[in-house]
Amino acid sequence: MPGAIYAEGLVKTFGDVKALDGVDLDVPEGTVLGLLGPNGAGKTTTVRCLTTLLRPDSGRAVVAGLDVLKHPNEVRRSIGLSGQFAAVDEYLTGRENLQMVGMLYQMKAGAAKARAAELLDQFGLTEAADRTAKTYSGGMRRRLDLAAALVVSPPVMFMDEPTTGLDPRNRQMLWEVIKRLVSGGTTLLLTTQYLEEADHLAHDIAVVDHGRVIARGTSDQLKARTGGERVEVVVHDREHIATAAEVLTGFGKGETTVEQHTRKLTVPVAGGAKLLAEVIRELDGRGIEIDDIGLRRPTLDDVFLSLTGHVAEAKAEESEEDRRDAPRGQSGQSGQSERETVK
Amino acid sequence: MSAVTDAVRGAAPKPAHPLGQSVRDSLVIAKRNLIRMSRIPEMVIFGLIQPIMFVVLFTYVFGGSMQIGGSTSATDYTNFLMAGIFAQTVTFATAGAGAGIADDMHKGLIDRFRSLPMARGAVLTGRTLADLVQTALTLLVLAVVALLVGWRVGSDGSTDAARVLAAFGLLLLLGYAFTWIGALIGLSVRTPEAATSGGLIWLFPVTFISNAFVDTSNMTPWLRHIAEWNPFSATVQACRVLFANPGQSASDAWPMQHPVWASLIYSVLIVVIFRTLAVRKYRSATA
Repeated sequence: MPGAIYAEGLVKTFGDVKALDGVDLDVPEGTVLGLLGPNGAGKTTTVRCLTTLLRPDSGRAVVAGLDVLKHPNEVRRSIGLSGQFAAVDEYLTGRENLQMVGMLYQMKAGAAKARAAELLDQFGLTEAADRTAKTYSGGMRRRLDLAAALVVSPPVMFMDEPTTGLDPRNRQMLWEVIKRLVSGGTTLLLTTQYLEEADHLAHDIAVVDHGRVIARGTSDQLKARTGGERVEVVVHDREHIATAAEVLTGFGKGETTVEQHTRKLTVPVAGGAKLLAEVIRELDGRGIEIDDIGLRRPTLDDVFLSLTGHVAEAKAEESEEDRRDAPRGQSGQSGQSERETVK
Repeated sequence: MSAVTDAVRGAAPKPAHPLGQSVRDSLVIAKRNLIRMSRIPEMVIFGLIQPIMFVVLFTYVFGGSMQIGGSTSATDYTNFLMAGIFAQTVTFATAGAGAGIADDMHKGLIDRFRSLPMARGAVLTGRTLADLVQTALTLLVLAVVALLVGWRVGSDGSTDAARVLAAFGLLLLLGYAFTWIGALIGLSVRTPEAATSGGLIWLFPVTFISNAFVDTSNMTPWLRHIAEWNPFSATVQACRVLFANPGQSASDAWPMQHPVWASLIYSVLIVVIFRTLAVRKYRSATA
């Protein structure tokens, strides 16, 4: 039986650009799938196809047990969508925004009003409830947008880059909300450029690039594909690089890579913390001064690199995300400047 | 935030009746747009200043040099002019509708609406209804200004309140029809700025190649035919007839002979055609 979100061979072409080139997905009920990929990989287009906003050229999609192409309006009653940009009316107050969405979900006026008050409270917006959304900060708008997607507590949720452009505090807060939501049984498809975010929130990760799912699995499974842990050393003195490399190769189970300008050496190992202690003793014994040393587990960055041959950076190339100009007041929030490395 | 999880998950309720849903959703959106308008009063005010400027400029600059029915009196020209200004004013609401809808697309609101289980034409119908309210308000203010600069109904024959109201009804219908053209423009362009200029440019030939500001009988024949069959001219002529204002066209062209019917038919046709096109466009809209 297909999951709460199921897609098979989704293809979508815009002019010459093949945005989706046969996307397959299967998200079991009550789980979170992280759709991970750089800008232009096809994440947003996938979400748009699954949320009835865009008709794929070919392929099949089932959401909440309903065929997306055959029963779009029934699907709409069962989903919540939080798009890439906070889609709130900035001239309406937070309360008015939520009440409007409730009414459009066909709730009765009284119920919509009560639900709006409840959500404002839950998202910490009660104080700002009767101010126009224009006066809200980026984080508050995001929260309001997410609240709007939750008005009917839909069984299936879609979030397209929910934390893009948010400061770390607001990101943390949104993560908490998402976790609670999922612990309540909601099925969630989440797209992100932040590897850390997928690692943190998703049960399963699908890596997309050039309109295809190029890898699929749990965070651990994907990391295992890149080949285990490594010891990373930064030596203090450039002259010591050669000796340190010799030491590391002795402990490692593969080649030592050296970055001359940063004086950083990396070697794949097996043996964990115990081995790390031995490495330190040996380096110390040879009189090599070190600035930094650590046992590094592979990050999803590494996964992406090993899968695609390029780092998961926001590409400036034409993409379905870029084709639409960033809305006013939210521009310049592309992932790159805010990327965080995963430690 | 615990209640996020406490809330019972489930699909949204089913609408009671498709038509009822359509009306309800349209009103929800109309209300939203009216609230917006009340919070951006400068938009409404600019919308008022322009026609008022036209009345004053045309009356005082052109008024003395224009011949209407052999008369060069400025008052006669004002009485002639007002039907044209009223009609032009209602058509300019097109640009507002277009810009508003393009702005909604740009900000991702149209995506949100399209992902909701709402009636499919409601976003556009709601917008055009809100614009209709604004148009009515604009007409009211404009009528007062017109009375101040000397416009009088019944200046060229007799009329009554019902006929005057009927004229305003035709004007509102024309304005409503044109907002659907604006809706289509708004859905078709990439930016709100393009919708504003795109929504205005074509209105100049439409409102000037007409009987609004001058007597069409002085135009070269081919231009005169266009002007006389222009849907916009039909409403202007209908208003002059119903207001009993001077300068009614004596042309044989059918819309000039039966201006009230012509105006009604044209407006309804525009609504039907452009509503169909706009709703279709909306369903596949991508920002």
